[in-house]
Amino acid sequence: MSTTTLAGTPVEVNDEGFFVDPNQWTREMAEEMARADGIDELTPQHWQVIDFMRSEYFAKGTGPTVRILGKSSGVAVKELYQLFPKGPAKMAARIAGIPKPKGCI
Amino acid sequence: MTKRIVILGGGTGGTLTANRLRRELSTHDATITVVDQDDHHIYQPGLLFVPFGLTAPADIVKLRHQQLHHGIDFVEQPIERVDIDAQVVHLGDGRQLPYDLLVIASGAVLAPEETEGLVFGDTVHTFYDLAGSTALAEKLATFSGGRLVVNVVDMPIKCPVAPLEFCFLADWYFTERGIRDRVELIFATPLDAAFTKPVAAERLAHLLAEKGVAMVTEFNTGEVDGAGGKLVAYDGREQPFDLAVVVPMHAGAAYVGRSPGLGDELNFVPTDPHTLQSTVRPNIFVIGDATTVPASKAGSVTHFEGEVLVENILRFLADRPLDASYDGHANCFIETGFGKALLIDFNYDTEPLPGHYPSRIGMPLLKESRMNHLGKLMFQWFYWHTLLPARHVPGIESPMPHGGKELPADEIHQEAHV
Repeated sequence: MSTTTLAGTPVEVNDEGFFVDPNQWTREMAEEMARADGIDELTPQHWQVIDFMRSEYFAKGTGPTVRILGKSSGVAVKELYQLFPKGPAKMAARIAGIPKPKGCI
Repeated sequence: MTKRIVILGGGTGGTLTANRLRRELSTHDATITVVDQDDHHIYQPGLLFVPFGLTAPADIVKLRHQQLHHGIDFVEQPIERVDIDAQVVHLGDGRQLPYDLLVIASGAVLAPEETEGLVFGDTVHTFYDLAGSTALAEKLATFSGGRLVVNVVDMPIKCPVAPLEFCFLADWYFTERGIRDRVELIFATPLDAAFTKPVAAERLAHLLAEKGVAMVTEFNTGEVDGAGGKLVAYDGREQPFDLAVVVPMHAGAAYVGRSPGLGDELNFVPTDPHTLQSTVRPNIFVIGDATTVPASKAGSVTHFEGEVLVENILRFLADRPLDASYDGHANCFIETGFGKALLIDFNYDTEPLPGHYPSRIGMPLLKESRMNHLGKLMFQWFYWHTLLPARHVPGIESPMPHGGKELPADEIHQEAHV
């Protein structure tokens, strides 16, 4: 666990860069993390996925897997990979400020 | 008043639940009805052995109704849907089964149609159902060499170690046939390691390397191109193959999706991980692969859940609080080829660790041994004669034993402070 500064505010993240407390997250922080990950601008489609991930996390306690994203977020799996090329579930979860999805046991 | 208990599914969970309940409740207390679409109960761990000619398909199938104790009704019908408000199960032939208490034990089904191009045929196979493993046995018998890719499309799957066991057995099988040097074995997984739990993942990755199986991680299969002989991942990576053994996506039973309010996006039924009561209705309980509990979809999980499930059903019927609690206990033998196997034992909180099961004197954990292989073979007898009839076996209990496990130094430290 370590502290990093995003959008001028110190936040706690784990070793893989996932937020420890999703309530510390702001939209400005998401934009800054996305740029660092090679996404120059977050489009409305990116936001659709990010908002969906956060609402799922707060409703169910874990972020959705790619398959559930594809079924429920309104964005098809292929497009999800275009939006978040390093793997939608992990990359979008990190930018959305929620813990890494548990998904698989 | 006599309660009507309906159990959907006559596999591992449905059978052992029905038998356990029948022993606890008189016919005056409750009627028990088990519904399944067919009368073939498959010993699913056997599916792994069929492709290698180690067991015959006919040897792993028995009649479902014959596994049920006297006093349990068996209805052979497809399930159309469940009306959870009216408390009625609608069957394929139009019949209706009203219930006071419902147990969902209808497991998981394969969903190959969710992956583009995934059609089983000459070069694309699976061993996750009886028809698939039977066809694969014929294919392997004539396979003369080339690239064999074992691929898990997405989690969750039944028995998450089975694809690894397939790799280990393929290494043994082709060695026995004298053509191992002509077969390239590749294991392509969507996970970032060989298994979901770190200590076991490291040990299993080591075994794959020892046996000359190349591991490709974070491979999320987007398309299976049978004619072109390649798997294509969503990120554009490709895995060419001469033979692909694919574990397709899984989902809950289709009727769950046709029953408003019963299941989630994947047709699994939302379940409290400790009480095993569904979170959709208090009079619906769930066991085995059909649940959403964060445990492996495996027979051992179902077995250990059974004890807790039945205790809580009895409490529910008696209007008492549900205080029986499942701890996520799972264990499995991992066949590693050449007459050896590993054993792993874990629960929600403790990952698979080295040591012995069930206590300091017992079967070695996370370590290859002949004893574990014999254990795996004996388990088939145990399944039909002890597990399904729900006979008690001393030493094999629902809560995970801690006694024989070698805890990492920091965990021992933590435990000392508890």
